[in-house]
Amino acid sequence: MSILEVKDLHANIHNHEILKGVDLTVNPGEVHSIMGPNGSGKSTLAQVLARRESYEVTRGQVLLNGKDLLAMKPEEAACEGLFMAFQYPVEIPGISNAYFLRAAVNAIRKYRGEEELDAMDFLPLLKEKMRLLEMDEHFLSRPVNEGFSGGEKKRNEIVQMAVLEPRMAILDETDSGLDIDALKIVAKGVNAMRSADRAILVVTHYQRLLNYIVPDYVHVLVDGRIVKSGGPELALELEEKGYVGWAEPGSAAAD
Amino acid sequence: MSTINTIQNLTNQEYKWGFVTSVEEDKIPKGLNEDVVRLISAKKGEPEFMLDWRLKSYRHWSSLEKSHAEPKWANVKFGPIDYQNMVYYSAPKKKLSLTSLEEVDPEVLRTYDRLGIPLLEQQRLAGVAVDAVFDSVSVATTFKEKLAEAGVIFCSFSEAVLNHPELVKKYLGSVVPYTDNFFASLNAAVFSDGSFVYVPKGVRCPMELSTYFRINAAETGQFERTLIIADEGAYVSYLEGCTAPIRDENQLHAAVVELVALENATIKYSTVQNWYPGDKEGRGGIYNFVTKRGKCQGRNSKISWTQVETGSAITWKYPSCILVGDNSVGEFYSVALTNNYQQADTGTKMIHIGKNTTSTVVSKGISAGHGQNTYRGMVKIQKGATGARNYTQCDSLLIGDKCGAHTFPYIEVQNSTARMEHEASTSKIGEDQIFYSRQRGLTSEEAVSMIINGFCRQVFHELPMEFAVEAQKLLSISLEGSVG
Repeated sequence: MSILEVKDLHANIHNHEILKGVDLTVNPGEVHSIMGPNGSGKSTLAQVLARRESYEVTRGQVLLNGKDLLAMKPEEAACEGLFMAFQYPVEIPGISNAYFLRAAVNAIRKYRGEEELDAMDFLPLLKEKMRLLEMDEHFLSRPVNEGFSGGEKKRNEIVQMAVLEPRMAILDETDSGLDIDALKIVAKGVNAMRSADRAILVVTHYQRLLNYIVPDYVHVLVDGRIVKSGGPELALELEEKGYVGWAEPGSAAAD
Repeated sequence: MSTINTIQNLTNQEYKWGFVTSVEEDKIPKGLNEDVVRLISAKKGEPEFMLDWRLKSYRHWSSLEKSHAEPKWANVKFGPIDYQNMVYYSAPKKKLSLTSLEEVDPEVLRTYDRLGIPLLEQQRLAGVAVDAVFDSVSVATTFKEKLAEAGVIFCSFSEAVLNHPELVKKYLGSVVPYTDNFFASLNAAVFSDGSFVYVPKGVRCPMELSTYFRINAAETGQFERTLIIADEGAYVSYLEGCTAPIRDENQLHAAVVELVALENATIKYSTVQNWYPGDKEGRGGIYNFVTKRGKCQGRNSKISWTQVETGSAITWKYPSCILVGDNSVGEFYSVALTNNYQQADTGTKMIHIGKNTTSTVVSKGISAGHGQNTYRGMVKIQKGATGARNYTQCDSLLIGDKCGAHTFPYIEVQNSTARMEHEASTSKIGEDQIFYSRQRGLTSEEAVSMIINGFCRQVFHELPMEFAVEAQKLLSISLEGSVG
């Protein structure tokens, strides 16, 4: 069974149609990339899949592990194994990174009927993932994302992903604002997560990230529809030729 | 769209303590004049000195009222209060002279049970002695004998006036004089009961002391007065809790608390204030206009205030410390939550008089709904207070975008050796933080509760263990339904 199955997905924000019929099937073990110009609906797709409620789904169906994703609340989707690395990770004042993440892990474990982890069990696990993403231990006690640099925030997203071990991970423009060194570290973290029972969807504007996280499939999203799908070579083609020729003038939308 | 609802729902809290107990009341007619003051004093069988003090207070208050001296400087808004249109004394009728809890009106006992304060099943609150004040009078005090063994006096104020007049005479009004302010004067004239604690020299009070205040009767003001004295080398930890039924009209609560710490003594005073806050549209609720002050009279004495303020339509309250003794220590830890149309103007005054006196102020204000939350604090270092130190931290958390947080710190330093630190921050929980947390698997409620508890941790840490848990629960209930 596919992990993610998107069929004819239409979505609006503020009564403005952004997604105009997206079809996408993601199977276990696969890495897919969604590429597209600004305003094509890439981030909207990620947000809709993460169940952000400001987006209204007007048509279509999405199955996560065979279950109706569109009937789930954001936290239910998370507990069912869906993770999104945010394009703009949010700062949460007063809550340490370690505390936040343990609360998240335990919420998910509880949902699955598993025993909750105490701090003694949890910390070594978290520290191990932080080492992988080359994050200093002092980030454990820092408030979530508060005062982090752009690169630190993105690495922190991948640490969270590594700890939460989702079945379906979505990276929403994780490469934006990253220098090449941070990009490599992030890619290393993501590649370490590749496995036969997990799928990853990389949403990006640039081909650069895909040099380090090599996808199995690349999809080009233009004006709310996937206009072309192919292998990793499609990303290179895009890099060379740009999106010109696909983008329809005047189709810009909030992305 | 529903994410905005998320925040708006935060204001859909329910007040779970809003029931009314049906009990026969001994209530005097509405209105205030000298005869009413005499009547209250007579009902309590008070000695002459108390009546004199009440009358002096009444006359002072009356002159203040004529000159419209009701304080207007606080950052709160409310209509005029008609002082002649309320009842100044109400008591459950059954009480004559109680020798045991079994004689308390069962309805009243049931009330405390519903509030989760079992006066009869003391085991459940083992180690905590409780004084229960229902409307104007104290209905029960537990563990009296055990405390008496240690020499600790813990009783209602009325009993103290009758049984320990020398202590009352000596300390009453010594920290908050009857001329202190409009509401303190009013309280001095008409206060009906409250708690009294005396811990003798060198005694560490063997258990937590607590008072639960309950307003039940309608159109009644509650004016209680608490006096706590820790003699040389004594230690006491005291906690008060407050609730009231849901009523459409506003009710006035004007209490006075005086603390006196002698040499090497420590008083820890904690409050979990949960008076009825009014409904979602801001109708009804308690006006909580309270004067609380402690005097660190002796060397090395310490007074620590911790408050969790979640209730009341309007809160006007500044638990303060006068640091007279050298090396004395004042502390103020506060969480104040305003939701819906609640308003709070709260903070502290730290008055440094003795040498090497230190004070710590940690204030956490949370505003949700249309709530308005003001921190107002004064730190004053007098000329003789060589080596004084103050640390103030003042944090505000805004939930949603219709509420407000305000900070008014006043600092007055008259001695150049003083060391002052002031830190302040403002943060906001919005839809983004909540969605982010939900994407990680937490429900909206879990997310808000986690953020609030994280924000308040420093203050909760100061509460006695049992009450820290209670306070956390109270905060989540006060914000319940707020999200999701």
